[in-house]
Amino acid sequence: MPAVQETIDRVKAIDVDQYKYGFVTDIDSERGAKGLSEETVRFLSAKKNEPEWMTEWRLDALRRFKQMEEPDWARVSYPKIDFDALYYWASPKSVEGPKSLDEVDPELLATYEKLGIPLREQEILAGVEPKNRVAVDAVFDSVSVVTTFKEELKKAGVIFCSISEALREYPDLVKKYLGSVVPVTDNYYATLNSAVFSDGSFVYVPEGVRCPMELSTYFRINEQNTGQFERTLIIAEKGAYVSYLEGCTAPQRDENQLHAAVVELVALDDAEIKYSTVQNWFPGDKEGKGGIYNFVTKRGDCRGKNSKISWTQVETGSAITWKYPSCILRGENSRGEFYSIAVANGYQQIDSGTKMIHLGKNSSSRIISKGISAGKSQNTYRGLVSAHRKASNARNFTQCDSLLIGQDCGAHTVPYIESKNASAQFEHEATTSKISDDQMFYCLQRGLTEEEAVALIVNGFVKDVIQQLPMEFAVEAQKLISISLEGSVG
Amino acid sequence: MLEIKNLHARIAEDETEILRGVNLTVKAGEVHAIMGPNGSGKSTLSYVLAGKDDYEITEGEVLFDGQNMLDMSPDERAAAGMFLAFQYPIEIPGVATMEFLKTAMNAQRKARGEAQLSIPDFMKRVKEAAGHLNVSMDMLKRPLNVGFSGGEKKRAEILQMSLLEPKLCVLDETDSGLDIDALRIVSDGVNKLRGPDRAMVVITHYQRLLDHIVPDVVHVLSKGRIVKTGDKDLALELEKNGYADYVDAAA
Repeated sequence: MPAVQETIDRVKAIDVDQYKYGFVTDIDSERGAKGLSEETVRFLSAKKNEPEWMTEWRLDALRRFKQMEEPDWARVSYPKIDFDALYYWASPKSVEGPKSLDEVDPELLATYEKLGIPLREQEILAGVEPKNRVAVDAVFDSVSVVTTFKEELKKAGVIFCSISEALREYPDLVKKYLGSVVPVTDNYYATLNSAVFSDGSFVYVPEGVRCPMELSTYFRINEQNTGQFERTLIIAEKGAYVSYLEGCTAPQRDENQLHAAVVELVALDDAEIKYSTVQNWFPGDKEGKGGIYNFVTKRGDCRGKNSKISWTQVETGSAITWKYPSCILRGENSRGEFYSIAVANGYQQIDSGTKMIHLGKNSSSRIISKGISAGKSQNTYRGLVSAHRKASNARNFTQCDSLLIGQDCGAHTVPYIESKNASAQFEHEATTSKISDDQMFYCLQRGLTEEEAVALIVNGFVKDVIQQLPMEFAVEAQKLISISLEGSVG
Repeated sequence: MLEIKNLHARIAEDETEILRGVNLTVKAGEVHAIMGPNGSGKSTLSYVLAGKDDYEITEGEVLFDGQNMLDMSPDERAAAGMFLAFQYPIEIPGVATMEFLKTAMNAQRKARGEAQLSIPDFMKRVKEAAGHLNVSMDMLKRPLNVGFSGGEKKRAEILQMSLLEPKLCVLDETDSGLDIDALRIVSDGVNKLRGPDRAMVVITHYQRLLDHIVPDVVHVLSKGRIVKTGDKDLALELEKNGYADYVDAAA
């Protein structure tokens, strides 16, 4: 495919050791709320003019968090995080509620341009045919800067805005669903997020509506020593459909930046949500210094009959990834899917996978996980598939493949399977392979360079998952994978 | 086109010497057959020519079009026009044969500073070459060599060879694993590529391939050395009498 060639060009175009998105945007930013305290939470909540119930909700989470222990079951190691040394609020100073793109700091727009985000509505409107359009909600550090296409979405009845705005404009909807999939005390990082989440996206697709375009959020961490705690909530009413893509980058920094997000999806009867992630947070430098700590809780609730939630993720960045996008298959005939490519190079550590919790009759799920390890990285797949007593005829198929590049990396697969219903059928297939010297030599003999050969073989390995991504992001994902494996052979 | 002078090579890992002073000159337009018993160093010679790093060159030189080929990386040799048809073609899962062809062709073009092929141009070339070799569209869509039969694998090799248009073709036991019909298709494919600007080295155990691909020169390789050179009748003689005489001669 052309993507392979583009991949090579892209790889060639960049400096080997340089993280492509490692630039720092020089804009005045307002930083506040250092340390994890009641004061910080009140400050945050006040900054955002939140209703009182929200402030209380956050404070409750904070009190719970203070009593919790950091989990240590994941196969990752890192120095203890000092939550009191972090800032919990950073916002680009000039963007207190921009009314249009003209009011947005041009430096900021330039940053997004470097990232290749089509933020300027008019450009997109001018150039591309309707079906390829993407609505972007861009979160810069903690504040959602501008949401494009808002008007057109509004016509379709779709609400797509920042969660802060949703709290002001649609408090009842937020109150009804927030924390209903990932409860406040679900886990250590989710509880932290509940206390101090800064911003994120909110999507509501009303009954019977098929969202007319791909929705997309681009997260970027700019400020030093700030944690980014987004909170995303997506609700698809009966018969609704929405496809959502999140992309993440962070500039290169020596310190580790913390990212602890929570994403909640709710699909009612016959609704479908497709959630795709392309994550390339800074993975740390060649010696393993710096990089993002990514502790994320993502969960979808197939609440209604025949509902479907599909997670697709391409993860190439972060020093540490701790992430298990899951589906609760509550509705009869509901379906959960998880397609994942996790690439680890250098000193990256990944402990990632999914949970498929079958509660409803005839619920089905499918897991395709492709882990690639290179350098000195460790890559663990951890997955749970369970069928509860009432989940008659639950079905799962899991395929879990690992590819090793080089001698010093590791791949681990830890599947948990629990069935309390005799009619459930679960299948698990796993393979581990290496890019063999013979494969490399064969490709070189045909004229491919080492980089080209690795890109080709890896693209073949991840093909099943790439095909699940929305078209316009599949090419980008292939490029990212190749860039992050640059220098892994030879 | 190809000049091999006193080439000595050993296995890098355990230092077992395999080639012990090979001398061979192949001119443009010629087809040379290299025959010999198991373990004589035939496959090693093909790998050394292609630049596989399992082997160490301890002595001698190899000139390709006057250039020192031993200084070039495998991909540079390929771009310069050296093609090896593998005895055991390697599987590349998830990569459609078509995609592989395009990637390889464009990689070589890029290395030579030529423009990338347009899609229609590429398709035209593939369809034509595939037609001659009885390679179906369905096969082109399958991942390269994955689940291919012995015959399909060899046809895919020759397909790559014809599309990459090399100057020097080395065929390593291309006849192994082929039935009579497949042997004919593959041989016809190879014969089509014979031409005044192209040299071929055909490595084989058996004379039967040489009924189809008639060589200009036949060499006998034994214990890492060429011990006898003759015309195509030498192959017939070997078929009748076996290698015994030459194995003793080399010892």
